[in-house]
Amino acid sequence: MHAATAADAVAGVQPKLVIEPGAERELAEILRLSNEAGLAVIPRGNGTKLGWGNPPTRADLILSTTRLNEIIEHAWADLTVTVEAGCTIQRLQETLAQHGQRLALDPLWPEKATIGGVLSANDSGALRLRFGALRDLIIGATIALADGTLASSGGKVVKNVAGYDLPKLVTGALGTLGVITRAVFRLHPLPRNTRSFSVAAASAEEAKRFVVAVQDSKLAHTSLQCHFSDDTSPVSDILFEGTEAGLAAQENQLRDLAEHAAVSEASRSTWTAREELWDFSDRPCTAIAKISILPASMARTMKLVENIAKRQQVRWRALVYATGLGWLRLEGKPEALRGALHELRSELEAQHGSLVALHRPEKMPAFDAWGSAGDALPLMKAVKQQMDPKSTLNPGRFVGGI
Amino acid sequence: MGHTFDELRAIVGDRGLISSAEELHTYECDGLTNFRVMPRAVVLPNTTEQVQAVVRICHRERMPFVARGSGTGLSGGALPVENGIVISLARMNRILEVDFPNARVVVEPGVINLDVTGRVSPQDYFYAPDPSSQSICSIGGNVAENSGGAHCLKYGFTTTHVLGLEVVLPDGSLVHFGGKTLDAPGYDLAGVFVGSEGTLGVATKIILRIVKRPECVRTLLAAFPSTNEAGAAVSDIIAEGMLPAAIEMMDNLAIQAAEAAVHANYPNCGGLLLVELDGPVAEVDALMTEVKKICSSNGAPEIRVAQSDAERALVWKGRKAAFAAMGRISPNYIVQDGVIPRTALPQVMSEIERLSQAGGLRVANVFHAGDGNLHPLVLYDRRIAGQEEAAEALSSQILELCIAAGVAPSTHCSFRIPRKSFQLLASVAKSPVNTCRTRPNPQGSRNVIDPRRWTPQLNPKRAACIRRCATNSWRLWEMRMCMRRLPRMPWPEFSRSW
Repeated sequence: MHAATAADAVAGVQPKLVIEPGAERELAEILRLSNEAGLAVIPRGNGTKLGWGNPPTRADLILSTTRLNEIIEHAWADLTVTVEAGCTIQRLQETLAQHGQRLALDPLWPEKATIGGVLSANDSGALRLRFGALRDLIIGATIALADGTLASSGGKVVKNVAGYDLPKLVTGALGTLGVITRAVFRLHPLPRNTRSFSVAAASAEEAKRFVVAVQDSKLAHTSLQCHFSDDTSPVSDILFEGTEAGLAAQENQLRDLAEHAAVSEASRSTWTAREELWDFSDRPCTAIAKISILPASMARTMKLVENIAKRQQVRWRALVYATGLGWLRLEGKPEALRGALHELRSELEAQHGSLVALHRPEKMPAFDAWGSAGDALPLMKAVKQQMDPKSTLNPGRFVGGI
Repeated sequence: MGHTFDELRAIVGDRGLISSAEELHTYECDGLTNFRVMPRAVVLPNTTEQVQAVVRICHRERMPFVARGSGTGLSGGALPVENGIVISLARMNRILEVDFPNARVVVEPGVINLDVTGRVSPQDYFYAPDPSSQSICSIGGNVAENSGGAHCLKYGFTTTHVLGLEVVLPDGSLVHFGGKTLDAPGYDLAGVFVGSEGTLGVATKIILRIVKRPECVRTLLAAFPSTNEAGAAVSDIIAEGMLPAAIEMMDNLAIQAAEAAVHANYPNCGGLLLVELDGPVAEVDALMTEVKKICSSNGAPEIRVAQSDAERALVWKGRKAAFAAMGRISPNYIVQDGVIPRTALPQVMSEIERLSQAGGLRVANVFHAGDGNLHPLVLYDRRIAGQEEAAEALSSQILELCIAAGVAPSTHCSFRIPRKSFQLLASVAKSPVNTCRTRPNPQGSRNVIDPRRWTPQLNPKRAACIRRCATNSWRLWEMRMCMRRLPRMPWPEFSRSW
């Protein structure tokens, strides 16, 4: 336990205390006491995504999971792992790799990001296309509730279809329903070999056509993403995993499919391109958002971004996955950034999509991080009310003021 | 009551309300046939608005209702509530939208699982979850039960393939969870709804993901002396870093039954392994060679790869018919549905064998070996005095065994809820010979609003049923009590007056 410093501020709100419990029981007990005392608690892993979501309406103490970092059991023959929330993704992957396995997930900053943080922020990367999101990989969780109850749900078996799916409920809940203290995941084998290719496109429309064609083909690709920006032509990356024989065959099919477009071998590092969007050389003038669209409306959306960016005089760069999830970086004056995000959100929501602001510069006029949660918002509020009636956990940071 | 019926009739029309005793018999149970409750009436709405109107009346009258699809479930999901009504979604069976560029399909709950694949297969897509009853079960029912199937090892369960839902809540209001795009802001209520046994609402529209068919599919059959060797081969396949589309295992009794029923041409052996690989031809060929090697080195004297689509279809027909096929070798049986860590299989199997001998009853085993889903089938003859009770006792002993194998005792947690055990206890099903054939199911959908099961409030009658099934019920009660300690889902409350 130590006093909080300026470095512990959460989106500009200064907490007073940082507590790092060494056991799940301890963490639950601290949570119970805080809840009784009416203190606001901000759960934190290594803090890589602490700025996501809205600023908290109150913040008294930071409850850190970093000391809860044990890999409890890697049941490799059953393809499952039980791990505590504070363990980093990279350390988990290194342990799993000893038996040729992995958590089939490529979140941001794996060397620092913790299991609990990645789960709460629901952060997934390019591998999601083949292996699904965290909601598809998590099979059990232990959650410390605001009243100090340690609730476990799910099990250690890959197939789990009985009872309400609480692990899914806390995944992506930004720590507003409870503090995840441990999780059980289903695992996948590490690939034997991988090959990555980049395919150039003359326009967003051409890039989209390529993505739709690949998705509609018999290729068994693992990841597929497109880079767009205001000053370069689009490039698509595709990742294959498998046996040498299988990869060679797929390379040929890919070249046929790409027709006249230039296909070049890409390095593995292209799959961490998402992290490059968080380059903060000009922090006060940079905003980053996650967008969700239908994959086939990729070109139309990029055209939209282009038009809005021109109007608002902001620079832009985007990385869009074949799943329809994309990451957009905007640079410009804070007012213009807000204007662009606002316009784009309205357009995307009108097409059943969404825009979630992940990074907003401090000077940017107030802008809700989440946007509309639709007609289910009253139910979501009721869920919050049920699990954390005093709004102890991350007050005000989630959708609709939750 | 007459007045209420008039109101219901006004909503769904004369032909949309069933209230005569002989017609209601069809609806008194689902695939779990040893529990029967006669509903007061059955309504068959055509539209979401009609479902809302019916649910509003139920809400106002405090009349419990259970939604129903095809009624194929083996866990009593569509079992009516006494003095309640059944909302059958059989008539809401339209495929509303097919969007190939985005691989999305929007359906009503009564659409039959296989019809989704049927609709998209000309473009070479399929709907991945494939429960054994896929030719008659409905998407709504699949959503309620989070159905899996042999191929969920690679492709995931229903929950992975449901992107969004339109839901009528128990007070008649309409909400939308998820959507066509991923990661809609807010809690993952679609994730909570799928598998909630119809206790949270009635899904009236479902957005599904469809999958492109792989370039090729190959199915291998390997005959082992016993399930132990077959299990060792599965472990080796996993250790080699392969993720087959399906790995199924059957013991000798299950093989005999499948043979008797559909002549699948299975080798007669102690443990049969069925391994399916799919993907690009070059990839599958390379891996199939390895699988064959692994099977031989684990002592399989006979290994075959299905040579044609017809042969492959026959292999699967045998597997999917395995439950129903028990009727060929036993007058009655109880099927259970448990999940154990795959590594515990040899131990669990030898224990089942011991219990089977001690109880003097035969037990057949069908196993989704990739993900540890075990279906022990206890065979008995109801006409012999005492056998039914013995079968129930044996069945519950096996259930306990699975629980013990699957749930590690935890010292860290104040409690732990083995969700699979709920599934286990809900699935203690007795079937008179063959449910699919002896009792024709009503056409159409299956979706369950069930106000009692698995909600913290437990229906005493239901608990009694479960107690009867699982004689050693203390454990089950304990689990119920654990469930009660979880935060309640804050859904509009069902009426408690009944």
